[in-house]
Amino acid sequence: MAHNRLLPRDRILPLLILAAATFGWELATDVFQIPRWVLPPPSAVLHALVRDQQLLLRHLAVTMEEVGLGLMLSVLLAVVLAIGIVSSRLVERSVYPLVVASQAVPIVALAPILLIWFGYGLTPKVIVVVLVCFFPIAVNLVDGLRGVDREFVDLVRSLGGTPWQALRVVRIPAALPSFFSGLRVAAAVSVIGALIGEWVGSSAGLGYLMIRAASQFHTDRVFAAVLLSAIASIALFWTVGLLEYVALPWRRAAKTEP
Amino acid sequence: MKSPSPLWRVELRHVTKSFYRGRQPLSVLGPLDLRVADREFVALVGPSGCGKSTLLNLIAGIEQPTSGEVWLDGELAPERLGRVAYMHQRDLLLPWRTVLENALLPLELRGIPRREAVARALPWFERFGLAEFTQAYPAQLSGGMRQRVAFLRTLLADRPLLLLDEPFGALDALTRASLQEWLLALWEELDRTVILVTHDVEEALILSDRVFVLSPRPGTIVCELIVELPRPRSYAMVTDPRFVQLKAEILAHLRARTTLEVPLHGT
Repeated sequence: MAHNRLLPRDRILPLLILAAATFGWELATDVFQIPRWVLPPPSAVLHALVRDQQLLLRHLAVTMEEVGLGLMLSVLLAVVLAIGIVSSRLVERSVYPLVVASQAVPIVALAPILLIWFGYGLTPKVIVVVLVCFFPIAVNLVDGLRGVDREFVDLVRSLGGTPWQALRVVRIPAALPSFFSGLRVAAAVSVIGALIGEWVGSSAGLGYLMIRAASQFHTDRVFAAVLLSAIASIALFWTVGLLEYVALPWRRAAKTEP
Repeated sequence: MKSPSPLWRVELRHVTKSFYRGRQPLSVLGPLDLRVADREFVALVGPSGCGKSTLLNLIAGIEQPTSGEVWLDGELAPERLGRVAYMHQRDLLLPWRTVLENALLPLELRGIPRREAVARALPWFERFGLAEFTQAYPAQLSGGMRQRVAFLRTLLADRPLLLLDEPFGALDALTRASLQEWLLALWEELDRTVILVTHDVEEALILSDRVFVLSPRPGTIVCELIVELPRPRSYAMVTDPRFVQLKAEILAHLRARTTLEVPLHGT
């Protein structure tokens, strides 16, 4: 089976480790008689996942709305900032340090303040997601826009192109791979941002569900929510990978004959 | 040889260029005077680092001279970007664009609708042997094909003056020879003025009406030779006594000034 295309060996290995760990966990809770409210066995988590699916999906939808909005706003903010930073010395000197400083502020400390300002609704969670996500996108995009081959830009100039055309035709397409690298990092951490926002104060979302379930010692439900948020993160990461695959056909072309 | 019209396509008047290396000014070019007539094919030959590429950058308007003037079509032309078609030593094909989209770039930048641009370009793909590859990406092409796409793009810029900076320099000898012959055939029917920069003396002689030999840095014109070989030309002419005589003359000029950097083809 070493030549199986769907499941090559390098994909089977992590799955095997995961299966072994799950089995060990199941066995340990049974052998050591660990109470369910301390550590539920994987079977109980799966059971909770099925039993509470309507509840879980309802809260997942809330969290994903925050994540989706947050990611979109992050991309918008990052693109505006990055283009500003690479096209103007003044913007670079005045704004770039602030962008970096924004990452030095502990989000966990900021979240309660956002709660005071914006209440229990959607807004403070979206802001937390944006604070976590815009940075990797912006930094990667700035690097990508700066790394553009000078001679490509000169080519557009020598053809009579404007600086705006050079941006559109050369700089932005050349920076797209870097942009997607940043977006992938952002997608992977975006769910965590939303959960932090929800922990501080909310009435819905997976983070809210985790806190409420934990306080009632529904530990299996907590684990089910954790599992679901992890799956959501991985799904987002893959979605960005898929977008990149579709948006950058030329990167695959190098390996094929016309 | 075509008779030079009173209107010079390009005229360089006492042009110099220096760069600053730290505080030290480094003179790379000039003073240099050059006049090229309409529909003339002119080659500049010189050792590496004599400022040949800088000279083309100055004519294209990517750089400005430190002193002196650049005239185009009988007028002083301080802003020249977009008036001259410039083909670089590197093919500079945008890797994210297909062959077609790369070739159409000059038309797109001028705001010509895509449909019209494609209609204008397609016959050329046939001529360039690229018709089957319009949808390929540059990474899928050989070096010779990439260079042809770059040349087609330069041609579609539709400017009377073409600057070619060692267009075949990065290719292997066989591909280079076949592209030179191909350019020779193409050139006979194009109504363009060409300034070709090269360090290949045979290439310069086969293709051009006049050859200028440049000195090592700072590059100045050492001598000017008129190539009185009949057109259409072919590679068979490399054994023509006039060709051999001119080649010896150019090589002597180059050798007198450099000892190491001049490639000596077939001596």
